[in-house]
Amino acid sequence: LRTALAVSSDVLAGNKAAQATPAHPAVTREEALELYEDMVLGRIFEDMCAQMYYRGKMFGFVHLYNGQEAVSTGFIKLLNQADCVVSTYRDHVHALSKGVPPRSVMAELFGKATGCCRGQGGSMHMFSAPHNLIGGFAFIGEGIPVATGAAFAAKYRHEVLKESGPDGLDVTLAFFGDGTCNNGQFFECLNMAQLWKLPIVFVVENNLWAIGMSHLRATSDPEIYKKGPAFGMPGVHVDGMDVLKVREVAKEAIERARRGEGPTLVECETYRFRGHSLADPDELRKPDEKTHYAARDPITALKKYIIEQNLATEPELKSIEKNIDNVVEEAVEFADASPHPPRSQLLENVFADPKGFGIGPDGKYRCEDPKFTQGTAQV
Amino acid sequence: KEMTVRDALNSALDEEMSADPSVFLMGEEVGEYQGAYKISKGLLDKYGPDRVLDTPITEAGFTGIGVGAAYQGLRPIVEFMTFNFSMQAIDHIINSAAKSNYMSAGQISVPIVFRGPNGAAAGVGAQHSQCYAAWYAHVPGLKVLTPYSAEDARGLLKAAIRDPDPVIFLENELLYGESFPVSAEVLDSSFCLPIGKAKIEREGKDVTITTFSKMVGYALQAAEILSKEGISAEVINLRSIRPLDRAAINASVRKTNRLVTVEEGFPQHGIGAEICMSVVEESFEYLDAPVERIAGADVPMPYAANLERMAVPQVDDIVRAAKRACYRAVPMAATA
Repeated sequence: LRTALAVSSDVLAGNKAAQATPAHPAVTREEALELYEDMVLGRIFEDMCAQMYYRGKMFGFVHLYNGQEAVSTGFIKLLNQADCVVSTYRDHVHALSKGVPPRSVMAELFGKATGCCRGQGGSMHMFSAPHNLIGGFAFIGEGIPVATGAAFAAKYRHEVLKESGPDGLDVTLAFFGDGTCNNGQFFECLNMAQLWKLPIVFVVENNLWAIGMSHLRATSDPEIYKKGPAFGMPGVHVDGMDVLKVREVAKEAIERARRGEGPTLVECETYRFRGHSLADPDELRKPDEKTHYAARDPITALKKYIIEQNLATEPELKSIEKNIDNVVEEAVEFADASPHPPRSQLLENVFADPKGFGIGPDGKYRCEDPKFTQGTAQV
Repeated sequence: KEMTVRDALNSALDEEMSADPSVFLMGEEVGEYQGAYKISKGLLDKYGPDRVLDTPITEAGFTGIGVGAAYQGLRPIVEFMTFNFSMQAIDHIINSAAKSNYMSAGQISVPIVFRGPNGAAAGVGAQHSQCYAAWYAHVPGLKVLTPYSAEDARGLLKAAIRDPDPVIFLENELLYGESFPVSAEVLDSSFCLPIGKAKIEREGKDVTITTFSKMVGYALQAAEILSKEGISAEVINLRSIRPLDRAAINASVRKTNRLVTVEEGFPQHGIGAEICMSVVEESFEYLDAPVERIAGADVPMPYAANLERMAVPQVDDIVRAAKRACYRAVPMAATA
């Protein structure tokens, strides 16, 4: 049996895909600090989630992102407000990178009325319309067609409605894992996205494990990026533990999408430092594999780079960490102090029209109201 | 003036696409082929390939794409060549479309229509021949419409396209070619029917027959036969399965004191069961006889023509049930 390290960037190091990106692309001090801050936020936020989960403040399935921060930060920090992010059940950090305030994400996890979905979504279903975060999807592969649809809408707005902004098309990022790449919806959407030249980037966060199923035991050809060219689109492999390399690849893919040249498949090789979810005993991954990736912690790596390149000093980075500690503490206090959703909220928002199971405030079905379709029944 | 259901659907699509550029149609064979059942005939020529999209055969993929486009404010109409194929995409209908408005606390509405032929077809066997009304009506967040006539088809499809929520629009292949009289009002481009309102197709005083889609025609034929025997049947065309017009059903039962429910779908946990419960809850003391349920047989659809006929309700079944409800039952053996 091959070990999971077989597809690691160590093995790929000799080949073209790995050599294509420069060792350390340049970033400005401001950029570097923005990336650092976002990654630290993702890490500290998730560590806090684990604490809160074990303290019974959040419930159900909670999937943490520790170890994969370079992917979320490397990609999402390049987006505009109008660009879309579609995530999976491991979605807290994508939400944070896209700008959803940590307190709204934390309050959502606490099931509070002040959460970004008023406590109706939960850990696996983060939405924020103003940030164009259009969902955490809990089923494998489910988010990919929705993301492709958002990209379709961007192209439609541009070509049919003539509404596009000056920068080009709005871009959608679809995040998903290695396990999803064995699902039919992945292939269906690679096909249609390339067929219709949609402004989307398919971002595979290949953390080598689908719960306890090794990528190598699940996939006939484990090099996922090769599936891009099979559909006529570029496929790129990148070291997902290096935020600067991710950012470099992301920039090219996003700009390509924005120009209307179509989708890109990017395989980011990464690793989750915790189990699949907080309920996963994580017994199948070998200690030496975990140690190998722990030594490649993307936050430590960026920190080292920043200091080596004299972009910032150790105390400056410490003060960023301190600041994020406070932000996350504050998010917990906010979530804890926030009210539970009121009883009346149970029936709200099932429909855009009418609100709540078709039941009006008097308890009657809204369809009995003569004005039931008013406002929507006329063009 | 008369109009076929096919033309009614086609004109409704045409008018709504013309009125709102964010409306587009996608599905298998909707464009160059002009629709597997020709419902989208002429639309590609008129609106172009950007708005009439031929998709590959990938229900899960293109249904999810429609849903994602609806999240972003477009108004997609997703055609299933038949609703049987929606099984490949049911995750997107239920999990991505029906639940998002709730999960996002009203931030993400999903103005999408899923439409196509539904129900028992002819001679196509178990996988292509079944009614999905009860399946989708079970789900909070979906609206489920079941047109019968050309008027229904036009008014309900236009309402569905304008509605801000996901709508399941269940057509019937065997009705597409049928013609119905239509008024000038129905033909007006502003015509629209309210979602959630049933229509009394025929007034009566002795027994209420609730039904939808193709079975409305059967119920009307049954009512005609019953009238010759002195039984006055009231036929309710439900039009909307969810929301269900409980008020209209209960008002009718309170008048006739007897109820026969008719549907093509499987009996267990079906539309008839729901209607019966509504009447038990709201009008129990008005009932003079047990509620009669006519439904499809509890089997996958057989292929053989004689078995297939037995597996779906026939006019005679409705007549017999109405007579039983009116205590004028004819023994099965006498009619067989």
